[in-house]
Amino acid sequence: MKRFIITTVTVILCFLLQTTVFQSLALAGEVPNLMLVVVVAIAYMRGKKEGMYVGFASGMLIDLIYGDLIGMNAVLMVLVGYLVGICNEIYYRDQLSVPIVLVGVSDFLFNFVFYIFNFLLRGRFHVLYYIWYTILPEMVYTVLVACVLYKVLHSINYRLECKEDTEEVL
Amino acid sequence: MRRKNKFSIEPKYILIFFVILCIILIITSYKFKDTFAPVRSVAGNVVTPMQKGINTVGTFFAEKTEVFTSMKDLKKKNEKLQKELNSVTYENKILQQEKYELAELRKLYGLDQKYANYPKVAARVIDKDPGNWYKVFKIDKGSKDGLKVNMNVLAGDGSGGGLVGIITEVGHNWAKVRSIVDDTSNVGAMILSTNETCIVSGNRELSNKGLLEFSGLENSKTKISTGAEVVTSYLSDKYHQGILIGYVKEVKVDNSNSTRSGYITPVVDFGKLETVLVITELREALDPKPKD
Repeated sequence: MKRFIITTVTVILCFLLQTTVFQSLALAGEVPNLMLVVVVAIAYMRGKKEGMYVGFASGMLIDLIYGDLIGMNAVLMVLVGYLVGICNEIYYRDQLSVPIVLVGVSDFLFNFVFYIFNFLLRGRFHVLYYIWYTILPEMVYTVLVACVLYKVLHSINYRLECKEDTEEVL
Repeated sequence: MRRKNKFSIEPKYILIFFVILCIILIITSYKFKDTFAPVRSVAGNVVTPMQKGINTVGTFFAEKTEVFTSMKDLKKKNEKLQKELNSVTYENKILQQEKYELAELRKLYGLDQKYANYPKVAARVIDKDPGNWYKVFKIDKGSKDGLKVNMNVLAGDGSGGGLVGIITEVGHNWAKVRSIVDDTSNVGAMILSTNETCIVSGNRELSNKGLLEFSGLENSKTKISTGAEVVTSYLSDKYHQGILIGYVKEVKVDNSNSTRSGYITPVVDFGKLETVLVITELREALDPKPKD
């Protein structure tokens, strides 16, 4: 229950940050995809199921408030949660490089697929332009932010797990 | 561990469920855009106040960062504007100069009309002796424009234009003009109203007051009033006849009692002389038998 509340708060908080504070801190016109970092982090730390739940929730949040097609972001986030969740098997507590690489790769793929569905299918064929001016800057920025955000999420998760462990022992 | 056992659905099925759900949502929201509007507005209503709250923090940071990011921009802009301003002021100066020049040339044109029966060349004063009055000055036209020694020089505007002086030296593209206010200048003149001749000469002392001297006017009964026009006379061998010199300022009878003399206010303002007209016809040329 505690975990559920904390995760919900985290998702909403990241959503708010992404839509407000980071909009004004945009670098090269791009905003870091905080929601994706959260989904990747949770999926990596907790596994496929939770990754998918959080992915669906955060994706729906974006869709409901900003999306054109409801479910577009959600389905992508769910897929990210599932795929990253596979890597949960190699989860190792104090390693930072794997989740950062996962964030980078998933952000790239997320945006690439997003581009395919939202632009390519409408006849916007400048793939390289979109990669160079939108996807790559966002990826770099997201990865930079993820270095910090992942540590925060990780420490939260660590404390929750400690408590759960003690509860179970009792 | 209990919990995990309780809902042990395979993740695969959850994934499939979610994907199908999302696809249905996408299709329905694409087909019936309006049905989702209320849901959206509710979600928006919940989130907007929170965003506003955070935004106050965000804008604070944004303002701080903007100060730095805009600084460069502003500096660049400032530089650019400065450059622009410089060029614009330069252009403006040129325009003003041109406007001034236009006025000068219009005056000259008026003068040209006044003495229309002589061929003339316009010229610019390029150099003057350091005094306040143009006793001797240079103009930017010379022998290549057909100028010769002893040609008459005029200046001023149409109504107030008159004799300036005479060319004393000619170079390829310059000529030296001795003005009538120069101490060595003597001009054969006459009072227009009475046709009596006199000699108008420059005087160093008077020229500083902006006046000319005249002498040798016959002490006849005719009354010469202040303001009578003085023009070049038909007796002169260098000056064309009938060019306005100035107006009588003062007349007095000489000691010899046979002649009168006095002062003339020249019609040309020798204080600011920039453009002049040169009559490119020599007085001698009008003579049936040239002196040479």
